[in-house]
Amino acid sequence: MAKKRLVLTFPPEVVERPIVALLVKHFDVLTNILRAEVHEGEIGRMLVELEGEGKRLKEGVNYLKDQGVTVEEAITDIELDESLCTSCGACTAVCTPRALKVEEPEWRLELDKDRCILCGFCVEACPLQLINVRF
Amino acid sequence: MAKTYEEINERIRSGEAVVLTADEMTDLVRSEGAREAARKVDVVTTGTFGPMCSSGAFINFGHSDPPIKMSKVWLNDVQVCADVAAVDAFVGATAVSDTEGMSYGGAHVIQDFIDGKWIKLRATSRGTDCYPLKELETYVNLDTVNQAYLFNPRNAYQNYACATNGSKRTIYTYMGVLLPEFGNATYCSAGQLNPLLNDPYYRTIGIGTRVFLGGAAGYVAWPGTQHRPSAERAPGGTPVGPAGTLALIGDMKEMDSRWIRGARFHRYGVTLYMGVGIPIPVLDEEMAEFTGVADAQIFTNVFDYSQPTRSRDVIRRVDYAELRTGIIEINGSRVHTAPLSSYRVARDIAETLKDWIKAGRFLLTRPVEPLPSEGGVQALDVRGPEVV
Repeated sequence: MAKKRLVLTFPPEVVERPIVALLVKHFDVLTNILRAEVHEGEIGRMLVELEGEGKRLKEGVNYLKDQGVTVEEAITDIELDESLCTSCGACTAVCTPRALKVEEPEWRLELDKDRCILCGFCVEACPLQLINVRF
Repeated sequence: MAKTYEEINERIRSGEAVVLTADEMTDLVRSEGAREAARKVDVVTTGTFGPMCSSGAFINFGHSDPPIKMSKVWLNDVQVCADVAAVDAFVGATAVSDTEGMSYGGAHVIQDFIDGKWIKLRATSRGTDCYPLKELETYVNLDTVNQAYLFNPRNAYQNYACATNGSKRTIYTYMGVLLPEFGNATYCSAGQLNPLLNDPYYRTIGIGTRVFLGGAAGYVAWPGTQHRPSAERAPGGTPVGPAGTLALIGDMKEMDSRWIRGARFHRYGVTLYMGVGIPIPVLDEEMAEFTGVADAQIFTNVFDYSQPTRSRDVIRRVDYAELRTGIIEINGSRVHTAPLSSYRVARDIAETLKDWIKAGRFLLTRPVEPLPSEGGVQALDVRGPEVV
């Protein structure tokens, strides 16, 4: 049996289809949803652990891609260098689970690691290159 | 009732001036009205800290022995503009590294200079009788160079657009990463803290105005490029979308990278986060009204940045109070908004400038010349040689 930790990104029109359930049904791939941020009509993101027989697992991942899901290797942690952060807010633009926020009244960037799904999109969105990932 | 620059400066010198940040002034005008605010307040300080691509630095390296007339110059492998005499160069903020690509560029060179780091200088030349050296490699820093000053052609935009993406793929822009199918929307203005939005018709900000620039005292050198005072105006006088701009100048040797930072927008390129603050004298009730402007009175248009044209369709109009809630509605759906300019640092700049003025360290200047109050921008049309 093989195991993979992946970040799945669902476009809005795909969010409403039972794709993850079909993964179990058609490919015998056990799917453990570790974190998810999915709402009707919005981009959905999910951190999953998939477990299955090697060939079937590969077929399952290809099935996800065919359905319009973006599949990426998950990272294990993100690190933000807070001492240099200016709280500009550019990283919050890509953080659909709202783990990164700048809000009234302080307008200071806050990172809530409990909400983070470890997609790593903030790494490229930070203009000061202050966010790093650990794989 | 009306005050003069001289009276305000006299009160600053004697430590009696009443100085508020633009945020504080908005609250005061809301609670007590513009007439009362004009009576109480002498100066309002503004601030903004955002990506300002149209920035750069002039550097004079001094002469080597034997001397060289530098025709090509690289600083930390970033090629800069050297076609100004023998040892002057202009570091454009958006130039990118020959070796590191978009992750390092002119803006990072500028920050590294300000941080006091050693910078690798490489120069080549054809050689002349008076400048025989053809190639040079050495290291320089802020102390070894004769002059290092910013000359930013277009800074402190008076308002800016809001960007979203209606296409089916993620796009990477100077407005940040825009997620597909209206997945997010980004905006980039300090709103009610922004300098030119507090003086919408440029009554007090003009050529010669002393400003806060990257932590130092700088000056308005000229109207900024693409200065566009003729933009549509909201009822309070603030423009809807990009309008006035400023060309700013200031000494890098006095700056601090807390207020000026090299940055890169992924798959777009390098830019400079620039901190600018401008004090506005509350000369009369009209200036109190202007500086009392609130985010809810400042509007901008939302555009679909996936349209690859200079004249994109307006999706909707939005005010900054709504943008700052974190959610706006587009085509009936809730769309998350994100700022690109730091409201937090903008506020710190306004507070710092306020402290300088209260301490008598920073006096106000009457503009030598006003900024143009009329005019728009010209587009670049592709013409054939028959026009010559």
